[in-house]
Amino acid sequence: MVERRPFSNLLAHLILWAGIIVVVFPVYYTLIASTHNPRDIFNGEIGFLPGGVPTENYKAALFAGAKQVKTTPATVMMLNSLAMALMIAVGKIAISIISAYAVVYFNFFGRMFAFWTIFVTLMLPVEVRIYPTYKVVADLGLLNSYWGLSVPLIASATATLLFRQFFMTIPDELVEASKIDGAGPMRFFWDTVVPLSRTNMAALFVILFIYGWNQYLWPLLITTDATMDTIIVGIRRQIVTSDANTDWHIVMATAVLAMLPPVAVVVFMQRLFVKGLVETEK
Amino acid sequence: MAEVGLKNVKKSYGGMQVIHGIDCAIKDGEFMVLVGPSGCGKSTLLRMIAGLEEISAGEISIDGRVVNDVEPKDRDIAMVFQNYALYPHMSVYDNMAYGLRIRGLSKAEIDERVNKAAGILQLQELLQRKPRQLSGGQRQRVAMGRAIVRDPKVFLFDEPLSNLDAKLRVQMRVEIKQLQNRLGTTAVYVTHDQVEAMTLADRLVVMNAGVAEQIGAPLEVYAKPASLFVAGFIGSPAMNFLAGKISGDGRAVELAGGARVALADGRFASSAGRKVTLGVRPEHLVQDGAGTAAHFQLAIELVETLGADTLLHGRIDGKGDGLIVRVDGATMVKSGQTLALHAPPGALHLFDGETGKRLSD
Ligand SMILES: Nc1ncnc2c1ncn2[C@@H]1O[C@H](COP(=O)(O)OP(=O)(O)OP(=O)(O)O)[C@@H](O)[C@H]1O
Ligand SMILES: [Mg+2]
Repeated sequence: MVERRPFSNLLAHLILWAGIIVVVFPVYYTLIASTHNPRDIFNGEIGFLPGGVPTENYKAALFAGAKQVKTTPATVMMLNSLAMALMIAVGKIAISIISAYAVVYFNFFGRMFAFWTIFVTLMLPVEVRIYPTYKVVADLGLLNSYWGLSVPLIASATATLLFRQFFMTIPDELVEASKIDGAGPMRFFWDTVVPLSRTNMAALFVILFIYGWNQYLWPLLITTDATMDTIIVGIRRQIVTSDANTDWHIVMATAVLAMLPPVAVVVFMQRLFVKGLVETEK
Repeated sequence: MAEVGLKNVKKSYGGMQVIHGIDCAIKDGEFMVLVGPSGCGKSTLLRMIAGLEEISAGEISIDGRVVNDVEPKDRDIAMVFQNYALYPHMSVYDNMAYGLRIRGLSKAEIDERVNKAAGILQLQELLQRKPRQLSGGQRQRVAMGRAIVRDPKVFLFDEPLSNLDAKLRVQMRVEIKQLQNRLGTTAVYVTHDQVEAMTLADRLVVMNAGVAEQIGAPLEVYAKPASLFVAGFIGSPAMNFLAGKISGDGRAVELAGGARVALADGRFASSAGRKVTLGVRPEHLVQDGAGTAAHFQLAIELVETLGADTLLHGRIDGKGDGLIVRVDGATMVKSGQTLALHAPPGALHLFDGETGKRLSD
């Protein structure tokens, strides 16, 4: 135990509170702003208390979008984001677990080469390879489609390495016991590896869902049709240079809406993987 | 039930050979123990029988069928691992049933077999638990259960008790032996613990650096160790070794320190003058009464009281070779004392000074 000294305790708490305020205040202010009418926001008269028109603002944001610059309603954009984030998260997990399984448990020709190739792609996130990737996606006719939004982001070195690290901690005896029990590679994968990876999958799902949800550059580039906008791109579209032409109440409401699914995923999955962390044992 | 035959079995990893040609015929229903120091290749040999390790040269057969190229699952064996290797995410029941399901047995038959094994091993109450909710001994039982339900021709055990505490180890040792007796299944058991080896084995294979130094029943190995290595490995505390040479008349060993130890009449007459190592077990040295000629004067340096017995560590004449003697626990001796000891001719072992092989008697 660290020695208890009142002064250092106080200091620690002050720093923590300062941190909390820095993080929470913008969120709080967005939430407050999303309940005021546009005139008050524009005149800077909203203060720190909730306004009177939450339902109207959220209804407008969800089903109509901004008025002055015409944008897509948030329901459509959230659906796009959801599709993209889910496809990325599920796709990445599926592909990585399979490739990690291959690299760890099979002795095929070019195994180390495959491993290093995967490893090297760590250094090539979308932003670095964006032009060639765009070209490929365009040539495949995937612009303005969910596939175009998600597939180029699915290949993932990080998740593969994570699973690889985890598989290496599964004792060899378990593989051998399976062999003696008569389980082939497929059965071992489904009956043992996948169930044991549940916790890792849940954790990865949270991270990858948020990663997919928050994508900005890539969707901005490959979607030209406004109905394909993701919500992150959509918020940016609602904001125009001249303040007077921006429907700030819609922007604020949309921003709040954009935060909800990641929060929901964290809250829901957290229970699952905390439970998993406590329970699993190899 | 089946015999297991090993014919000149060898194993190399890359260029390094770790098993140097082992021949051994394990009889039907026999409990065979592979024993030896760490790294001598016991596990490797067992894993070759299981099919988890490729056989570099030689031949392994189970029930008359050569299994060199047979998959582990088709060898009709069951293995119990040192760390149990239970599936952590499956219940005790599923751990035992898993292999049977893969083999396509009917639900009813699986249920019957698992329940029967659970009955034998007293696991009925635990069938729905996960491995992490079990104690070490219970996990060990589940691992055995998983082996039993398969009704294999051969059980393979790789140090199954070494993760248990001393008391439980003794209890499980007895259980394993009883179980194997009852089922009558051939078993191959790996251990580095010579007490475990002696108590469990019908016969044992003493291994050293990839070679089978001796194969035989426990008492035979104890009474007539085939080499210096076996003599030193089997028996606790280890046999005392003294360098010397056989006297000109072949009736005694002249030790380096000058002492003469009489041999049984004429047994080694033909080897007169040969350099030998004389071996005598601590429990066979006797305190010299009035009559017999003492062979050694042991200056006692350390007294270990075990209760039933007392171990005396000392040096011959206070300066020569170290020697350990086991005496009755009631004996009152203190370090610093000198004890006259006699080595009865019947209890002496002679090993060739160069090769370490036992000199036939
Ligand atoms: N995969 C491997 N590659 C290279 N050498 C190996 C491999 N597995 C085992 N060995 C070597 O083979 C020898 C025998 O190993 P083995 O595991 O059979 O020993 P052991 O008798 O079971 O020892 P322990 O009592 O410590 O388990 C050792 O010298 C070990 O270093
Ligand atoms: Mg071993």
